[in-house]
Amino acid sequence: MKFFKRDNFKRDAFIGLVVWIFLLIFFFIVPSPGIHDIIQKVFILGLFAMSLNILIGYLGLVAFGHAAFFAAGAYTLGLFLQSSAIVSLGSLSIPAAIISAIFISTVLAAFIGAICIRLKDIYFSFLTLAFQMLIYSIILALVDITGGDQGLMGGFPKPPFLGINLGKPFDFYAFTIFISIITIVLLRQLIESPFGYGLRMIRDNPERPAALGFNNQRHKLIAFIIAGSIAGLAGSLQALLDVGAYPEWAFWAKSAEPLFMILLGGMHSFLGPLMGALIFEILNDFVTANTRYYGLVLGLVILSFVLGLRRGLLDWLLIKFYRK
Amino acid sequence: MEIFALFDCIITPACLISQTAGGLKIGMLLFLVASGLTLVFGVLGVINFAHGALYMLGAYFSWQVMSITSHFGLAVISGAIGVGIFGLLFERLLINKVYNADLLVQILLCYSVILILDDLVMIIWGDEFLSGIGVPEIFQVPPIFIFDAIIPPFHIAIILISMIVAFLLWIIMTKTKFGKLVRATAINPKMLEALGVNTNVIKAGVFMLGSFLAGLGGALAASLGSVVSGMGNSIIIESFIVTVIGGMGSISGAFLASIIIGMARSFGAVAMPLFTDGIMFLIMVLVLVIKPEGLMGKKK
Repeated sequence: MKFFKRDNFKRDAFIGLVVWIFLLIFFFIVPSPGIHDIIQKVFILGLFAMSLNILIGYLGLVAFGHAAFFAAGAYTLGLFLQSSAIVSLGSLSIPAAIISAIFISTVLAAFIGAICIRLKDIYFSFLTLAFQMLIYSIILALVDITGGDQGLMGGFPKPPFLGINLGKPFDFYAFTIFISIITIVLLRQLIESPFGYGLRMIRDNPERPAALGFNNQRHKLIAFIIAGSIAGLAGSLQALLDVGAYPEWAFWAKSAEPLFMILLGGMHSFLGPLMGALIFEILNDFVTANTRYYGLVLGLVILSFVLGLRRGLLDWLLIKFYRK
Repeated sequence: MEIFALFDCIITPACLISQTAGGLKIGMLLFLVASGLTLVFGVLGVINFAHGALYMLGAYFSWQVMSITSHFGLAVISGAIGVGIFGLLFERLLINKVYNADLLVQILLCYSVILILDDLVMIIWGDEFLSGIGVPEIFQVPPIFIFDAIIPPFHIAIILISMIVAFLLWIIMTKTKFGKLVRATAINPKMLEALGVNTNVIKAGVFMLGSFLAGLGGALAASLGSVVSGMGNSIIIESFIVTVIGGMGSISGAFLASIIIGMARSFGAVAMPLFTDGIMFLIMVLVLVIKPEGLMGKKK
């Protein structure tokens, strides 16, 4: 299995760097904390949605329990930074916490994935949902550790590392976007690699790759694990942003959010879910500022996408102006 | 985990009987809602995520009728019928457009309807908890004591009503012409159309019946507790659990699974009060792993 494509790596990394620098300059041109907050969240939620789209868009598996990994990452990071490990690690705490968050969600995804990929269609969706809700129940039950339904309270320190102080808005903004862009560039490699094309083959016609000697189940499992680990990273960044973790992040409604983003942006273009996250966040910001009935507006928007446009915005734009 | 508490309860007649009755009440109410969900899935192949929102509508409709007429029976019946009619419109206007669409599209369509309905009821009825429609007068009597177990007569009435509905549903599905057509639609709609049956009417009828059941469940729930926006969001997940455990599309399976879940909730509250929901999800995971087609579902 080849996970790396290499041809376009330099180009993608260059584009990523340019976008990052542009957003850093943007921070000073538009000194609005509200807009900076939206951009950070778009990247965090965008990572979450893009990781789910590995399964939905490229593999055709409608996972409905993806928030389990998001919450696992968030809680791991929070608990790690609240633990005494931070005293001995000092300035290495934040990187160590993020790495452990990714590690725990990867292990969890390996366990849940190995069981779930045996099932197909709606049964797969239901099993992922059941696992997620089981984790939600466990978070609520372990009051002593997780704070139960109150969430992980009390905050945690964010010791500076490598000159980066995440307590400062600019440092946090630059750091979050940098991590997200690196992940997106690497994910691009994965999706364009032979492994990534293998996923599309399994989606379109599972018998064919199997006849060619492909191990479909192994491909699915690896994709599931990678998706879970990226969701865990997104969760850990969200926990860093909010300085806490909440059980709602493991509730089923949280798994619906990336589905909306995928729908809004488009599942058949690589950056579609990121664009979906942008639409979702702008909508969220705009609507909640003007009305209490956010669900009504969001529901009508989703309904018009499902029945009207029938595909995500980026998919639609690409078909209209680029792909013939 | 208080396993001794559970043991103590099982050997004490009072606790055993009251928990069993409580479990039956929960299970039977759940059956009303879940049977509609599994019926719709079995015939139409659509997972109606918005089924819980229909349940909520049933509670609001019956609350509205109750506040106008103060007649309990009328409130419950009109709640159920009102949701049935709403379901018919929902099917004709939206759901029938996604019968052959991807699972993702179906989920998102239904979820958008949940979001819209949750806010619409807040706009119409306000976002406060409404105090429910209460228990009808004839049941406002002292509870029955069986071996010192306290059982409110109204709970027995709810169990009986649900069992009668289950029986009627069974009669409709197995003994009537409509039931035969419904089962035929589930198996081979094309053939049925070739024989001159309008399957669209059957499908709309099934969706209406499913919605009616959700509305009935919601109306009865409004008599036991309060009515609030978003109240359907936990019952829908419980209905999914029942549907999966019983076997998707199997009404008798849903009946059995509802009782299992009712008992798990009732006795789980004694054994592991903080993990009652977790027990249900654990059962769901186990069934999906060991027997994905469910206890009474047909193997594909």
